[in-house]
Amino acid sequence: MSHIVINGDKCKACYLCIEECPKKLIKISKNTNSLGNHIVEFDDPKKECLGCAMCATRCPDLAITEVYKG
Amino acid sequence: MATQVFSLPKTLKGDVKYSFCPGCDHGVAVRLVAEVLDELGIIDNTILSAAIGCSVTTYDFINVDALEAPHGRAVAEAVGIKRARPDKIVFTYQGDGDFASIGLAEGIHAALRGEKITAICINNTTYGMTGGQLGPTTLVGQVTTTSPTGRNLEYYGYPIKLAEHIALCDGTAFSARVSLDSVPNIKKAKQAIKKAFEVQMKGLGFGFVEILSTCPTNWKMSPDKAHARVRDEMMPVFKPGIYKDVTAE
Amino acid sequence: MVECLTDKKVLTKGNYAIANAAVLAGCQCYFGYPITPQSEIGEFLSGKMQELKRGYVSAESELASINMVMGAASTGVKAMTSSSSCAVSLMQEGLSYACADELPFVLVSVMRGGPGLGNIYPSQGDYIQATRGGGNGDYKLIVLAPSTVQECVDLTYKAFYLSQKYRNPTVLLADGLLGQMMEPVEFYDYPYPEIDNSSWALSGTKDHKARIIRSYGPLADDRCRFLEKLFQKYKTIEENETEWEEINTEDADIILVSFGSTSRNVKTAMKKLREKGIKAGFFRPITLYPFPSKRLAELSKTAKKFVTVEVNMGQMVDDVRLAVNGACPVELINKGVGIPPSAEEIVSRIEVL
Repeated sequence: MSHIVINGDKCKACYLCIEECPKKLIKISKNTNSLGNHIVEFDDPKKECLGCAMCATRCPDLAITEVYKG
Repeated sequence: MATQVFSLPKTLKGDVKYSFCPGCDHGVAVRLVAEVLDELGIIDNTILSAAIGCSVTTYDFINVDALEAPHGRAVAEAVGIKRARPDKIVFTYQGDGDFASIGLAEGIHAALRGEKITAICINNTTYGMTGGQLGPTTLVGQVTTTSPTGRNLEYYGYPIKLAEHIALCDGTAFSARVSLDSVPNIKKAKQAIKKAFEVQMKGLGFGFVEILSTCPTNWKMSPDKAHARVRDEMMPVFKPGIYKDVTAE
Repeated sequence: MVECLTDKKVLTKGNYAIANAAVLAGCQCYFGYPITPQSEIGEFLSGKMQELKRGYVSAESELASINMVMGAASTGVKAMTSSSSCAVSLMQEGLSYACADELPFVLVSVMRGGPGLGNIYPSQGDYIQATRGGGNGDYKLIVLAPSTVQECVDLTYKAFYLSQKYRNPTVLLADGLLGQMMEPVEFYDYPYPEIDNSSWALSGTKDHKARIIRSYGPLADDRCRFLEKLFQKYKTIEENETEWEEINTEDADIILVSFGSTSRNVKTAMKKLREKGIKAGFFRPITLYPFPSKRLAELSKTAKKFVTVEVNMGQMVDDVRLAVNGACPVELINKGVGIPPSAEEIVSRIEVL
């Protein structure tokens, strides 16, 4: 099933991916990383992810490292 | 069974953490260059001439041999590398301070001579690393630390349109301006970068891409608003497009 | 224009001799911008390098040419640029970077009058520019000073060799007189061993991990290891490569010190002084950096006086004074710019001292 992999350590909390996701499956996490940023997390309880990779294409910091489709 | 549709380019050094500010599009541009080097299969035959400014750290991220040029001289050093080793793929990755300001003579003359190199120039309308001063690409009206009441024509004159100027040079094989404001435009940007390398590989001449990019820190904007500014304020002045492509003619 | 010759004696200008020697030394890339009195170097090489399918660019400025040379040198090939005085000023930033990046290449500096635009007369006014430099930070250029057209050949070879051996830019410091003067010269095959640059040169990552040639990283170390290492190299150069010519110095009361084209009349003046019964000696630094300070210090124990003769307002005289360190007086006979003082003039001015 479609999903993404986030490397929270690289997230700089620009949150561009949140806007980009057509299904709004990315949200701000309560967790922080070593930079002190509230990182993003992938939350897809209804399995809506399209595997479109728009989030990864938008991410300026290589924090979304993998996207799977299907 | 899910198939992987996105992975990080191999040309990026292992577990890269960029030193760019949050929301800065340098990160996207460097990744696109790396993806192109991967797809063209030229990673191990490529040499980078690195510039001064925020772009200088590119050699920390891309897994190619690199030479650090003085400010503005990345194109001259790239020319030296290419003339010494014509079998190598040589490219520069510069900011607008480096290419459009202090290094404009080198860029224009390399284009006129049809040097078989590729130059990538980030246009974020300011000197980023030094704290957001007025540069040759600063928009009319734009407030910077050295245009405190905005760029007015009487004091500062007009910004330069690089892609158009480079396209006017007869030795240019490819010149385009792209934007990283949206995902569709990021995809177009990658195609342009690829083309700028391909014309070098085919020995057709100078390949150039100007990339409209954000500087949220110095613009004092959120990453989201910064991208809206690229779209609403920069793109109407710096119109994206392919200004020259000898392979299409 | 002369053809590229080897094992042949020909009558030619210093500028052509340098250019021809560069070709024979295996210079793969030349980048330059015209300026009198050295333009023949670029004129000769423009045709020759194309004929030999080597790199040549008529650069848009000296800023561009010095950086093109650095780019070529980073790939391990022998590269050269040439220029003169006010235009060498434009290259100072590049020279500082090149020392920090340890890039080997040759800069031929054919001096003319200064400061400013100056004039196109012969001059030695860039002794300080070459040996001290105008670039930022702690760095040294190896500087070789020919005094004849034959030495323009010999020292061009040597400049390529030393630059390669020590991974440091090397300056061949000639002047307008040498550049334009015709003398018989003999060309011969490059006499030095080739240096293997494969351990550091940029060539793509097929057979090595990605290399970065830069100054920013190494110098961002406040333990100064990079600078210490660089200056250890300069110490080695000083120990091994200092070169000079001396005649009749052992019993000399007065030692005449001069470099480059000016030294030729000074040598004659020394002989004339001997004929008059004055115990004069002749000392000519061939490497201006490393400067033969040690030898001058030794000679200061027996000599009573040093006199430097220069075509500038007194530049090398400072180095002689530092070397002698107060052991005996160091006087200056100079002419600001132009044809060097004749032997007779030097003799009569020494008699007045």
